[in-house]
Amino acid sequence: MQNACGAPEKNFGTRAAFMITLETVKKMAELARIELDAEESRALAKDLEQILDYIAVLKEANTEGTREFSVSAVNEFRRDDAHPFDGAPALAAAFPHAEHGFASVKKVIEK
Amino acid sequence: MSARELVAKYEVVVKEKNRALNAYVEFFPDAFEEALKSDERVSAGDAPRALEGMPIAVKDNILIRGKKCAAASKILENYTASYDATVIRRLRDAGAVILGRTNMDEFAMGSSTEQSVYGPTKNPHDPTRVAGGSSGGSAVAVAANMAWGALGSETGGSIRQPAGFCGVVGLKPTYGAVSRNGLMAMASSLDQIGPFAETVSDTETIFDVIKGKDPMDSTSADHAAGSPKHGKPVVGIPKKWMEGDGMDADVREVVERAIETLRGAGFDVRDVSLPHTRFALSVYYIIVPAEVSANLARYDGVRFGLSKEGADVIDGYFKTRGAGFGPEVRRRVILGTYVLSHGYYDAYYRRASRVRRLIGQDFENAFLDVDCIVAPVSPKPAFKLGEKVKDPLSMYLEDIFLVPANLAGIPALSLPYGAVERDGKKLPVGVQLIGPRFGEGILFDIGKFLEAHR
Repeated sequence: MQNACGAPEKNFGTRAAFMITLETVKKMAELARIELDAEESRALAKDLEQILDYIAVLKEANTEGTREFSVSAVNEFRRDDAHPFDGAPALAAAFPHAEHGFASVKKVIEK
Repeated sequence: MSARELVAKYEVVVKEKNRALNAYVEFFPDAFEEALKSDERVSAGDAPRALEGMPIAVKDNILIRGKKCAAASKILENYTASYDATVIRRLRDAGAVILGRTNMDEFAMGSSTEQSVYGPTKNPHDPTRVAGGSSGGSAVAVAANMAWGALGSETGGSIRQPAGFCGVVGLKPTYGAVSRNGLMAMASSLDQIGPFAETVSDTETIFDVIKGKDPMDSTSADHAAGSPKHGKPVVGIPKKWMEGDGMDADVREVVERAIETLRGAGFDVRDVSLPHTRFALSVYYIIVPAEVSANLARYDGVRFGLSKEGADVIDGYFKTRGAGFGPEVRRRVILGTYVLSHGYYDAYYRRASRVRRLIGQDFENAFLDVDCIVAPVSPKPAFKLGEKVKDPLSMYLEDIFLVPANLAGIPALSLPYGAVERDGKKLPVGVQLIGPRFGEGILFDIGKFLEAHR
């Protein structure tokens, strides 16, 4: 079934070509530093299967000899000058945990 | 009318309607003072500036110094901006009065403004339906006469789709036309700030104020006014887009009527072929989650925002991000992490990036032949609240006609052109005009023509 603009429509009823296991979701959540409960992990595995199934149509595109996209063809330079910024106290006020005006974090390296 | 009278006029409407529609998440108490300053300038004899005293609403992901800015996320609920975004500075310099901040989908991820920590925004034409999104609050503020103009942001249709659903004009400028400094990053290679207003001319006025190069955004550029290559602009129609069966017949008729109006007025109307745009949504849902997963790494509970206690510093990240991000944000971060992960990068990101270039080339080729492309905004009118929020893919498909312009970095305008009836309510339908890079002028010209010939 083709949607408007010739893009594939949702793949209703057919078995997803991709299998996303709970382990995969768990691994991605670990890399992304996001705590997920079991129910959401299962739902996410399904969602990901559907989405990856949809985007699999990209296999049909002929990309031979095509360079990757880039935002701009030219590099932008700007002088490495100092500019006054008076928002520092506001930035510091936003620190969730602060000591002496600095953001404080738990110890990273254990002895 | 003085600026104070204008602010007071909108404030009355906000008090009357905002509880039901939820367009504003905060109406600024100092808007009246700002208006007073503008009035004093004018009465002192200063020449009025481009937006002197004009009240403007701003999406909750654009920083306004000293004001809360949360991107409708729990993780930033108590965050206060420490500087003005460049667009805010430019609005102020032009005399505009900032009325308040408007609701949106969390971190601009969504097409309905339902996925917000502040609750959903409702469509003023039928409050059981969505406003569209992610800039739904800004679209409703203008549509329900709660602001003269508004700023939204687009990554993939987030201005044009709610503009279409709410019956107002919305512009997604050329990538780089407007500075992103002070816009919370979602997908940096696509994000762009743009205006909403009731008319094309007002939209153009706001755009002229906010556009232009900014040293704080290295991707911004000065706007070289584009002019049509042909004496009378040549209009292109992407035939394939119009032929698909995903569109409602009466919505298609509105777009066809716009095309016929142009043809009848003597515009040369030609078919254009954009063969790679059928891949656009697939490319979009690889590129965007990939960039999202990187851009949202900064929300870790250390420098700002929500911070949950963990057993150690890493556990604190897990707890903060698990509790602070909503479901769609979590979904995209996880998807983005997947498509970028070892072994999948070539198959997904690299491939998508190449197809993205091909989509851009499709438009470049089309614009050798035509000056402007006329297309639908959305395949259907505004949908019911709750209808798509549990089905991410059907929500993504909302933006099928919109993401091609984002991926190509070209400007596109949504303007109201008709209405269709659903459940006894008249719902607006928009028409989309797409132009070549920095071709906003052509969109405004044709937009004004269509506006005058509805």
